[in-house]
Order: sequence, then C-alpha cells, then structure tokens
Amino acid sequence: MGPLIPNGVIPIEWDSIIAILIGIVFGFVLEASGFSSSRKLAGVFYGYDFAVLKVFFTAAVVSLIGLYYMDYLGYLDITQLYVHPLYLWGAIIGGIIMGAGFVAGGFCPGTSLCAVAIGKIDAFVYVGGIMVGVFIFSELFPILEPIYDGYFYGNITLQDSLGINPYWAVFIFSIIAIVAFVISDIVRKKQKKIFY
Amino acid sequence: MKNDKKQKNRHVYWNPYFGGFIFGILILFTFYLTGRGLGASGAMKSSVVSIVETVAPTHAQNNAYYSKFIEKDKSPLDTWLVFEALGVLIGGFISGGLSGRIGWRIQHSPKITSKRRLAFALGGGVLFGLGAQIARGCTSGAALSGMAVLSTGGFITMLAIFGSAYAFAYFFRKNWI
Repeated sequence: MGPLIPNGVIPIEWDSIIAILIGIVFGFVLEASGFSSSRKLAGVFYGYDFAVLKVFFTAAVVSLIGLYYMDYLGYLDITQLYVHPLYLWGAIIGGIIMGAGFVAGGFCPGTSLCAVAIGKIDAFVYVGGIMVGVFIFSELFPILEPIYDGYFYGNITLQDSLGINPYWAVFIFSIIAIVAFVISDIVRKKQKKIFY
Repeated sequence: MKNDKKQKNRHVYWNPYFGGFIFGILILFTFYLTGRGLGASGAMKSSVVSIVETVAPTHAQNNAYYSKFIEKDKSPLDTWLVFEALGVLIGGFISGGLSGRIGWRIQHSPKITSKRRLAFALGGGVLFGLGAQIARGCTSGAALSGMAVLSTGGFITMLAIFGSAYAFAYFFRKNWI
C-alpha cells in the first residue's frame, strides 16, 4: 500500500533517482504548457491568457480526485501523506509577498527554473533574486521568527478546519474550478489580444 | 499533442487542460511514491544554505535558520528537492529543445526595455524568495501540493498569492500589457 517509499515497498536508495525522474516530467510538463514564458504566465493577471489558471486548477482537481480515489480503493493511505502545515499569518503574509513578486517578475520558482533551462536571461536574474530573498530572510530570521513559527494550527486539512466531509470538499472544489474555467474564457474574449 | 505548425510558431503550447491533467497525474504519482508533493523553492534555499556554509561556516552555524538545514557529513544540497530541481532543468530543456524554443534571450513586452525587465525580474525574485520562506513553500510546494491533500495552509497560501497578485497587477501593468 502507498505511499511506496515511506512504507518500504521501494527501497529508500531509489529516492534521489525518483526525484530526478519526477523532476524531468515536472519540467517537461511546465515547459510544454508554456510556463517558461513570463508573458504567458502574467496573462492570468490581466485577462489575456488563462493558461496558469487552467493548468493549475486542472492539476489540483485531478490530483485531489485521484488521491481520494486511490485511498478509497485501498491503494494509498491518505492519512500517511504529508499535509502542508498551517502557520496562519506566515501563509497570508508570505503569500501576499509572493503574489507581488509573481506579478512583478512574471515567474514563480518552478516556472523560472523551466525558463532557465531554455536560456531566458530574465529567468536567470529571477532565480538570482530568489536566492537573494532567501538570504535576506535568513539574515532577518530573528525578527521574522514570530511569524514563521507562530500562529501554528498543525498539519490540518479543510476537513479539520471547516468540519466538512472531504469528498464534498473535493466535489465543491471541482465545481468551483469548472466555473472558473468558464468565466476565464468569457473574460478572455472581452480582452484585447496580446501577441508575445 | 504538438501542433504541426510548431516550426513556424515557437509559441504553440499544449492545451492547458491536457497539460494540467498530466501535471495532476504527476502530483498523484509523486504522493503515491514518496508521500510528499512537489516543490521548487526548496532547491534554491538549499543552494543559499550551501553557499553561506561554504563562505562563512561559523555564521551559518550560528544563524537559527541556516543551522536547521545543516547536518554533519552531509551537504545541504543532498536533498530530494535539489535532485527534483535538476530534473526540472533537464525536463524543461528537453521540451524546449523538441519545440525549438531554446536560445539566449530576454523576454519582455515591446513597451519596456530589457533593462527594466531585468530590474523587475530581480525585484520580483527577491520578493518571491522572501515570501516563500515566510510561508514555508511556494506555488508548487505549499499551494499546489497542499491543495492536493486539502491542506488548509495550502489553500490559504494559494488564495493569498493569487489575491495579492491581482491586487498588485494594476501597478505593474506597463510591464505586461
């Protein structure tokens, strides 16, 4: 039963090999979807290209349904999976800063790596910037630590915070995604076309 | 899935729903194998820790943040996410190569200069790097991989990133449209 490596079905020595293989597919999918282009990525914020929204939410819905389905069928124990922890203000403040960085620089870390792979010089600069950002954070860590470590609610899911049945949460999220896709197509038709 | 016209137009990409579907299957597969999701900013954090540890080992040991990621007899670069990031570079290169998109260039709107584009790329990177540490993950590690397991933190991070990007979009519009 999955997850395979933590349960010893696949030996831990394969961990790094699998990491590279997963990374290759990850990079390929991002690049082939156009995520190596900052102008395509930024389109989602100005309504001229919604590829980010479509790829991101399709991926979230597919993986959510898939994980819960595999759990239901007994191939995977969903309770063993790593749940990103909730540090409330860290998530909000960090997210707001990341959003500003996203629209200013046109990349997020994963997509900037893809753009680096095909030789975009702006992406090299962006990755350099990320490293400077990490450095600033680390040097200011004593000041930022209360946000980083505070307001901790545990590794909780929507099931814990909203008291909602996870299957309903997946269903509602999928409906929201589909509605967002329809709206995004309507919005895009109204925007003037941008060639890039 | 590749369009026949790819030689003429290098900006023909996969259908976003197809790309998203394959991406979703990949996240599913990653959780099934490793019990965790994907990530991207973690590799850059490891690189910074490694550089600082090489340049100023005492400083790195004394800093409460770097020292979390420093272990004896093990490079800070020896992490799952660094190997995954190497894979991302390889995968992006293969895809770009197959579609003829490889080449040195600075991509920017014709309305702005290359210099301005690079300045904003640098500033955006700094902000993203800082934010990703505060939120303990970026769009891949926190938002997407979190959402895949219904993590409340993942959803909040996702809403904060996109909400803030839309809120700030007005101020950066000259760079893009």
